[in-house]
Amino acid sequence: MGDITEMEIGLGHYLVVSAILLVLGIFGIFLNRKNVIIILMSVELILLAVNINFVAFSAWLNDLNGQIFAMFVLTVAAAEAAIGLAILVIYFRNRGSIEVEEISTLKG
Amino acid sequence: MNWTLALPEILLAVSGLVILLACVIPKQDTAYGGSMAVIGALLGAAILVLMQDDGTAFSGQYIADPFGRFMKLLCLAGAAATLLLAIDFNEREKLARFEFPLLALFATTGMMVMISANDLMSVYIGLELLSLPLYVIAAFNRDSGRSAEAGLKYFVLGALASGLLLYGTSLVYGFAGSTNFDKLAEAFAPGQPVSAGVVVGLVFVIAGLAFKASAVPFHMWTPDVYEGAPTPVTAFFAAAPKVAAIALIVRVLTGPFADLSDQWQQVLLLISAASMLLGSFAAIGQRNIKRLMAYSSIGHVGYALMGLSVDTDVGVRGVLIYMAIYLIMNVGTFAVLVSMRRQGKSVELIDDLAGLGRSHPGTAMWMAIFMFSMAGVPPLAGFFGKLYVFLAAMQAGYLWLALIGVGTSVIGGYYYLRIIKVMYFDSTEQPLDAATPGVGLVMAGSGLFNVLFILWPAPLIGAAQLAVAALVG
Repeated sequence: MGDITEMEIGLGHYLVVSAILLVLGIFGIFLNRKNVIIILMSVELILLAVNINFVAFSAWLNDLNGQIFAMFVLTVAAAEAAIGLAILVIYFRNRGSIEVEEISTLKG
Repeated sequence: MNWTLALPEILLAVSGLVILLACVIPKQDTAYGGSMAVIGALLGAAILVLMQDDGTAFSGQYIADPFGRFMKLLCLAGAAATLLLAIDFNEREKLARFEFPLLALFATTGMMVMISANDLMSVYIGLELLSLPLYVIAAFNRDSGRSAEAGLKYFVLGALASGLLLYGTSLVYGFAGSTNFDKLAEAFAPGQPVSAGVVVGLVFVIAGLAFKASAVPFHMWTPDVYEGAPTPVTAFFAAAPKVAAIALIVRVLTGPFADLSDQWQQVLLLISAASMLLGSFAAIGQRNIKRLMAYSSIGHVGYALMGLSVDTDVGVRGVLIYMAIYLIMNVGTFAVLVSMRRQGKSVELIDDLAGLGRSHPGTAMWMAIFMFSMAGVPPLAGFFGKLYVFLAAMQAGYLWLALIGVGTSVIGGYYYLRIIKVMYFDSTEQPLDAATPGVGLVMAGSGLFNVLFILWPAPLIGAAQLAVAALVG
């Protein structure tokens, strides 16, 4: 383990921050009843948590792979957001609303 | 750097870009030409896969082995067959745009990267290259609210699953010190201490992968997406991506995490049993046949994972045989579903099949064969798929799991046989239209495989044996 003292910010702190972000993201997806845009933001939050993990581990392990991985995650996250918004636009054109509770035509 | 090993993937990616350009520039309709070019590229990739050597490339990120070849050929065949089914349907439903075959081509490239992944980084890139086009083609019928809703649901849950998988990957990377499968396998060799971080990461990774294979408890998107998406898209979803997801699960769990089987085996046993049970019970009350096929595919994933969860070579061989047979009978069934239409309009309720036995005896006969095969009635191919995984479970001492499998097959028999009953014993005033020759060809090919498999099973079983030997040996 890295040197975690009271004054110094070590690996553990980064992992806790990232775990909190992950939980916030997951709860943001499931507790939000209002707006699909908030779900997209929560997804970004999850990916952010992952990136913090990767960069923190990369620095701690002295291994560049983690930072390369973080670059890939950033790139794919951008593509994912673009596709998500495009689908959202199609959905809004058909329904005239993006309320989460109204996404329920398909069930059974 | 031995990049020639990745020639099949490179061919698919480059031809995807070339076809995209060639289809965008002309003013006239290029949907048909685009489909044909994509099917040609898939066949070309299949030939390159057959000629591939064994080895690793790109600093150990990519691996070519008999297991990869087996699964890649299945994916390519599944993708090509479902694209063939889509051509006619899309033209009728005014969905004939060249983007559909192209997105399917990029998704297939993603599947190939996934199957050949030898590093958690290439797992992620392959998985996203598969998922992003799938989100788009789920919402492909952009004037239909149902299709848009299917795309939106798939996107949200898929993005969440990717996030979980990534979080697990980051934990495994941090606590084991590498993302490479060979180095991870060394780090987890027997005798080495296993940190809790790795186990938590492994559970997250399994959750993300189970989502892509639509195994319980990560199945909730499947029925909605299958029902909402246009039928050829559903056919595509149910065939190749599922095989690729199962292949990736097998690769990850028998490769880097093989020595952690104490940690993942119980999870897999639970996932397998729950998938079989939910797949069979939830399908009983369905009226929409695409929704029924969604629950049926959840059940089939449960049977396939049974072979992996018992953690023996015979079991893994069973998974490979099961997925091959599942793919072929599923393509055949969807050929029938794609051709379901009345006076030119697509229909998708089970009751719409009424009277098919009288109006189109050929289509009805193939459909009956597929349903019997899915239910696992001997001597059809579906029976042998189940036989191999059940036998593996019994040999490994998991009699209870095999008994759940037999029990759920019996329950599944009810809803498969109900379709046959509707086709032959219910009558209707307006029979369905006839299937087009191309679709009929896919039906016949798949049906003949199901019937004749018993006479000549050796090639498939031999190939699966070879693939497993490369994977575990």
